[in-house]
Order: sequence, then C-alpha cells, then structure tokens
Amino acid sequence: MSVSLPYALTAELTHRCPLHCPYCSNPIELQKRENELSTEQWLHVLEQASDLGVAQVHFTGGEPLLRPDLERLVHRAREAGLYGNLITSGVGLTDERISKLSEAGIDSIQLSVQAAAAELADSIAGFRAFETKKQAAERIRESGLPLHMNVVLHRANLHQIEQIIELCADWGAQRLELANAQYYGWALRNVNQLLPRRMQLLEAEAAFVRARERFGNRMELVWIIPDYFEDYPKPCMGGWGRLSLTVAPDGRVLPCTAASEIKSLTFENVKDRELSWIWHESPSFQAYRGYDWMMEPCRSCERRELDYGGCRCQAFLLSGDARAADPVCIHSPHRDIIAKRANSTEQSKIGEPVFVYRGISSDQGAEATILGS
Amino acid sequence: MSARALSERPRLRRPGRMKYDKARQSEMLLLPERVVELNEAAGAILRLCDGNRSIAQLIEELETRFGQTGLENDIVEFLASAEERGWLELCP
Repeated sequence: MSVSLPYALTAELTHRCPLHCPYCSNPIELQKRENELSTEQWLHVLEQASDLGVAQVHFTGGEPLLRPDLERLVHRAREAGLYGNLITSGVGLTDERISKLSEAGIDSIQLSVQAAAAELADSIAGFRAFETKKQAAERIRESGLPLHMNVVLHRANLHQIEQIIELCADWGAQRLELANAQYYGWALRNVNQLLPRRMQLLEAEAAFVRARERFGNRMELVWIIPDYFEDYPKPCMGGWGRLSLTVAPDGRVLPCTAASEIKSLTFENVKDRELSWIWHESPSFQAYRGYDWMMEPCRSCERRELDYGGCRCQAFLLSGDARAADPVCIHSPHRDIIAKRANSTEQSKIGEPVFVYRGISSDQGAEATILGS
Repeated sequence: MSARALSERPRLRRPGRMKYDKARQSEMLLLPERVVELNEAAGAILRLCDGNRSIAQLIEELETRFGQTGLENDIVEFLASAEERGWLELCP
C-alpha cells in the first residue's frame, strides 16, 4: 500500500499547564518535565518533519510557553519553511515573549477561552486566567499577528455560545473554533459532567449557524461536531497515519494526539528512530492504514472510505479493541455505551456539574505554575 | 474580480505563505489550519503575487517563461478564484 506524506505536525512541547480544565484530552498520566525532549531533540524533529513533507507545525501542550526554548523552536521551524502556529492558554504571553515570538517568525497564534465572562471561565479553568487572556489577545493584535481563538464547548458553557462568539469578535479574532468536547484522557473521567443535553446542543448549533451567516468573512467560525450525538463517527485525523502526526512531550510519535491511550500498540520514539522510518515503516503507523485491518461492520460498509471506521482511540477506550467500529456509529455493536451516556443527561435531576479538575489534587503530576509577567 | 484592472498588484493574504516541498516536489500554499497543494501553473502564478508586480507584468512574465501567448484569461480567472478563496488580496 502506498503511504501518503504528512502535512501537519503537532508538537506537544510539554504536558505542564497552568490551567486545570476538566475537559483536557491529554492522557490521565502526564509526562513530567524531566521526561521532556531537549531543545536539540526538538530542533532535530522539526528538520526531519520538514524533510518528510510536513508544511505546518502546531506548537501545543500543555502550555508551550512554559518552554523557555519555544522561540528557538519557532525560529527553526520558520527556517525550515514550516508554517508555525502556537496554541496557547495565553498565560505567560508577556510583551517580551510576544515580540520574541514575532521576531522568531511565528505565523499565527490560537488562544483558548473557556467562557464569555470571567466568573464562569475561571471556574472552568480552575485558574484565574480570563483577564490574562484578554490582555494576551490585545498583545497578539497589537503585534500584527493573526489572532485565532478556540473554545471547548460542554454542558457548563454551551448556553453562552452567542456571547462567546461576540467576545472573540470583540477581542479581534479572525477565526474561532467552536469545539464540542471530545472524550479522551482526562475529559473521559468527567464525561457525565460535560455531556450536554440534546436540546442545549441543538440551540447552540443553531446559534452557530446564525453567527456564521452574520459574520461572513469577517471571522471564520468552525464547528467541531459533538460526536456522541451523531449517527456516524468523525473521519478521525482524516485516516490513521495519512495526513498528520504528533510528537508527544517524551518524544513518542503518535498518529493522533490521543493515541497514547491505545495500550495495545507500542509507539516509537524520536530518541531511537528517524521520523521518516516511524512514519513510513513503524508497526504503530501501519496498524490502521488502509482498510485491511477493519472488522465488521466497517469492513463491508460503504462509508468506510468516508470515515475510516471513525476514531481508533475511541474504539479502544470504549470497546477494548482499537480495530472495532467507533462506538459512535449506529452500526457499532457498542453503540449502547454512547447512547446511554448521551441519554443520561436528559434526566431532569442534573444540577450544576461537579468537575474533577486536572492537576489540582496532589496525586497528579501536573504543576499549577503561575507565571510572572 | 471581473472588473479588476490589470494595473492592480495582487499579493498573498497574510499569514499565507508559499513553500516548495522537496518531498512532494510541488509548491504548497500554507494557510492557517490549511495546506493547499498547487499544480505547476497555480504555483507559478502565486509565486509572482508579491504585491509589487501588476497583473499585467505577471502575465507578461509567465507568457515569456512558458513560451506561450494568450494566457491572460486563464491567469485573470485563476486570480479571481484565488481572491474569492481568500488566498490573495489586491493592492491598488
């Protein structure tokens, strides 16, 4: 089977993060600082990625600004002809850092926001970040860089969708990703608290459609589907090992940011192997390419080339077998797991969500570092 | 863009950028969250959209390079669709 070349690299520089979002899709077990790749190792990854055909690199985490070498990595990415995008909470984005990043050649910055106003936003983030984010948005705009924003939508903030869109427009965003929560890693632990009611979701989607009409080209609005409420799964990653790859903080190379949760696979590390070999040859990247690995009902399904059987990580997490149909699919024998969860929120007894916050209890590896300005 | 004057000077809309990809041996247009793999003609046209060259100059240069005449309509049409997709903006 011929292997395509990747277009995008997600560089997860660190798992450390000042926020404690209950919807975090990073794994339950976070990599600690001492396991992170060194500057030299990341520089080598960026060069190898460019040679392999990668055109875009998304610097993310955790909070990538916690790496003091971020600017060096951005600079090298630019030298290698890569489009560099920084995905950040905005915490730590001081005037000094934004000017250094701009000088280093960052192309765009994507800033997260949790809700439309400080009180709710900060209670979701488990950290007083809202005002800092507002300042970060101003700094990004002042520096002349394009401001992109994202919000993860769930039961506690979906009702604010219109105000969130207005807020992002006010802050000068040119693009806003409205990402319905996806249930991996830490988010899966909070799934029953995060899942919205169906009606809430329908109203929010209608608001999104109206806003998209209203804003036209002024602000690009992107809706990332709440897959638990769909009949068919998302074409996850556009196919396994087909368009993009992720390098985790410890150097493991993943076909999808959530893939480290597939315990039945072993992922190669850039410390041991060349990136090109990992992409083209490694068993983990080969595992779900094409269609031969599929089981029924995917194997003979006419949608298999549309959605590739859905998400391998979700199949593994919910059915125990990464080759199974994504349980979101109405043809999946495990569909009842999704249906039960999605329906559980319809009961009237549900009150305010009580989240398990990421990295606040002492048994978690995450640090709650407050950055000085 | 039907009424555009040939004196106008197109340029890539920020933060869009071109990259020649060695691995695929093709020109790519890098946009936020998007990569467009371009065919040879599209790559050659966009490479010249630097905000300095006018559309007229661009046509002349491409006709010389490819040893052809009568490319104006195709080039103008491509520029119009590229502008519509948000890849280009026009400097007066």
